[in-house]
Amino acid sequence: MKQLLAIFLTSILTENYILDKFLGICPFLGVSKKRDSAIGMSIAVTIVMVISTAVTWPIYYGILVPNGLDYLETIVFILVIAVLVQFIETVLKKYIPTLYNALGVYLPLITTNCAVLGVTMLVLDKHAANPTTFGYGQAIMNAFGAGIGFLVALVMFSGVRERIELNDVPKFWRGLPITLVAASITSLSFLGFSGLVTGMLGVS
Amino acid sequence: MAGKKKNSLWHEFSKGIVKENPVLRLVLGTCSTLAITTTAMNAIGMGIATTFVLVCSNAIISLLRKIIPDKVRIPCYIVVIAGFVTVVQMLVEAFSPSLKTALGVYLPLIVVNCIIFGRAEMFASKNPVLPSILDGLGMGVGYTCTLLCMGIIRELFGSGTFFGLPVLSNFIPSIIILLLPPGGFFIFGLLVAIANRLSGEGKAPEEIGCAGYRGCGGCALANGCSLTAKKNDGEAKEK
Repeated sequence: MKQLLAIFLTSILTENYILDKFLGICPFLGVSKKRDSAIGMSIAVTIVMVISTAVTWPIYYGILVPNGLDYLETIVFILVIAVLVQFIETVLKKYIPTLYNALGVYLPLITTNCAVLGVTMLVLDKHAANPTTFGYGQAIMNAFGAGIGFLVALVMFSGVRERIELNDVPKFWRGLPITLVAASITSLSFLGFSGLVTGMLGVS
Repeated sequence: MAGKKKNSLWHEFSKGIVKENPVLRLVLGTCSTLAITTTAMNAIGMGIATTFVLVCSNAIISLLRKIIPDKVRIPCYIVVIAGFVTVVQMLVEAFSPSLKTALGVYLPLIVVNCIIFGRAEMFASKNPVLPSILDGLGMGVGYTCTLLCMGIIRELFGSGTFFGLPVLSNFIPSIIILLLPPGGFFIFGLLVAIANRLSGEGKAPEEIGCAGYRGCGGCALANGCSLTAKKNDGEAKEK
């Protein structure tokens, strides 16, 4: 339990997918202008991350590895994610229209979100490094934490951007450059969390 | 006429390097740009790998542009691109295992690089093979140059070396923060600001990221995407 909590906190704070691993920068810069859309996008990303990790892990270890097809990882994973996104969209549209209205617009963009493909591949690396302690449950926890980390970064940054809008920025720094500098400072603040989880819970 | 044709082919190639530089002007493929530019060598490796995938996928998609039905084009592009990415992964693993370790997960992630999707959707699906190949090559060279530029700056000031040779490390202390994520964001912001200044337009790209560029124009999923539809609805309502 303690280990799962450590994985969850690590993937939010010290290994934040946006601010530390640079995965999902496009939605981070594109969708973080308004807090509502930032929240909607991150919830959709979290759902897709957890479901894709839950699906790609058994496919990798159950089908690809036993048949010596692990070099097909990239093709299979991206297709599985694309199909899953489509599937989730259809199911939501049919059965939970309210949720679809809130999240539906973000779903098609998620297929090409590198954070989702990234998390499904990085958990495989982690398993390869620690085959005994990092299993299926830990992988799903890691994906969930990554999604929540995405939410935290996006929401925090949307607040920063709302402040930037009001500032007088030099001409050539307007728009993207000043946003990137702000992202740099936000990411700097996350560096302060390094070692926090290990120190607090006593597990790495 | 022949000269004019040659000129337009040259234009397809050269526009990607400066005028429509995929990273600095179109703001595509930012994830890999920020992540792997800690050394100049990694930047070149990543640039060449992406250029290879870009040229090949542009060529194949352009050849198949009349065969692929419009409705299923996104999955088709994904399969073509993912196929070439797998080829690159195997080539890099065979010839330069150290580069594979350095690039890590970002090598397979070329498959979701918005530059490749964007060019397939915006250019290769509408143009003949030769211009598409040149477009891919130009975009690839532009991408590689930007990566190299960032890689050199971050390596030179972050660890005091130039392609692994010690240059500045004997004179000034290294600025370690440039090798860490915040430095990546900052140098990228700086380069975009310089590009804005040099392009003379004095105008930064207003909309940011794959989702935002030219109201979704740069996004591979623009036409099928409900975000575009909703945006259009919203604009219509406002009017």
